[in-house]
Amino acid sequence: MKLVIRTAIVAASLLAAAAQAQVTVKDAWVRATVPQQKATGAFMQLQAAKNSKLVSASSPLTPAVEVHEMVMQDNVMKMRQVPSVELPAGKTVELKPGGYHVMLMDLKQQVKEGDNVPLTLVIEGADGKRESVEVKAPVRALNASAQPASHKH
Amino acid sequence: MNHTLTRRTLLTVTALGAIALTACERKTPVTYHGIDLTGATYATDIRLSDPDGKERTLADFRGKAILIFFGFTQCPDVCPTALTRAAEVKRLLGPDGERLQTLFITVDPERDTPEVLKAYTAAFDPSFIGLYGDLERTAQTAKDFKVYYKKVPTGATYTMDHTSLSYVYDPQGKLRLALRHEQPAQDCAEDIRKLLKPA
Repeated sequence: MKLVIRTAIVAASLLAAAAQAQVTVKDAWVRATVPQQKATGAFMQLQAAKNSKLVSASSPLTPAVEVHEMVMQDNVMKMRQVPSVELPAGKTVELKPGGYHVMLMDLKQQVKEGDNVPLTLVIEGADGKRESVEVKAPVRALNASAQPASHKH
Repeated sequence: MNHTLTRRTLLTVTALGAIALTACERKTPVTYHGIDLTGATYATDIRLSDPDGKERTLADFRGKAILIFFGFTQCPDVCPTALTRAAEVKRLLGPDGERLQTLFITVDPERDTPEVLKAYTAAFDPSFIGLYGDLERTAQTAKDFKVYYKKVPTGATYTMDHTSLSYVYDPQGKLRLALRHEQPAQDCAEDIRKLLKPA
């Protein structure tokens, strides 16, 4: 039942995305938090029909949402806000552990597995026009791995 | 044909013998996927608090291999990945998994309260222990391990850059390995299995 609802939500968000910005969002998910943990990441696959870029994201959960890139340099992990993520036409761009993610900070409440986190992605086309894409990202366990179908435990 | 085979076998045996001899001479019979730190003179101990306020040192875990990772709970990517791998390594070790203790040392003790640490490590494995110190002790511990970490402001808050290696001690409490973040769980388990073998 849960799966059906989740599938429906994903399908709905896919349709919404396709209708608006010609950007499709697949396998969006947010990593669960424990109580009082104030930050987490959202991950997804993006595909734009035309050359465009992801310039920002927002969520009703918190005003502090940034697009980040994780970089590994000499075994040191660095995380930085990026001005945008390029979405070349027709190419699937992954926001995943080890690369880009949408960072949700200053969370006021716990993000629990099974919840859905509404996200609004702002996509800028090559013509400079901006469009919003609404996504509902299901929350996966804190120990979820990068793969969508993880078989933990 | 048989003759050739025998000769080849002989040659192989001779070659293997030579390799074995060389290995003995160099005293490096075991190789690891991770970075071999055997003989390291740093990171000889820790003195930090667990979420129950109890002071912990390496001696508490004597007889077990210890895996230590430095991180912070607000990390969306590297820290959960490293701790998920540690849990997977424990699982891959089978019954020997009980002889591996994972410790998560926070580099962000200002935000990682004992409550957050406790809930966070338990989400990966109930046996994992989160450790913290005050700012000074945290800095000293990182220095002991040659671990780099730095607060980096972002928006109205901050994130942390930090070393992503997992450090592994043998059951005698000697620092032996650093596992790179990219090293698969299977390779980590192989390395740790070697350390758990009685010498």
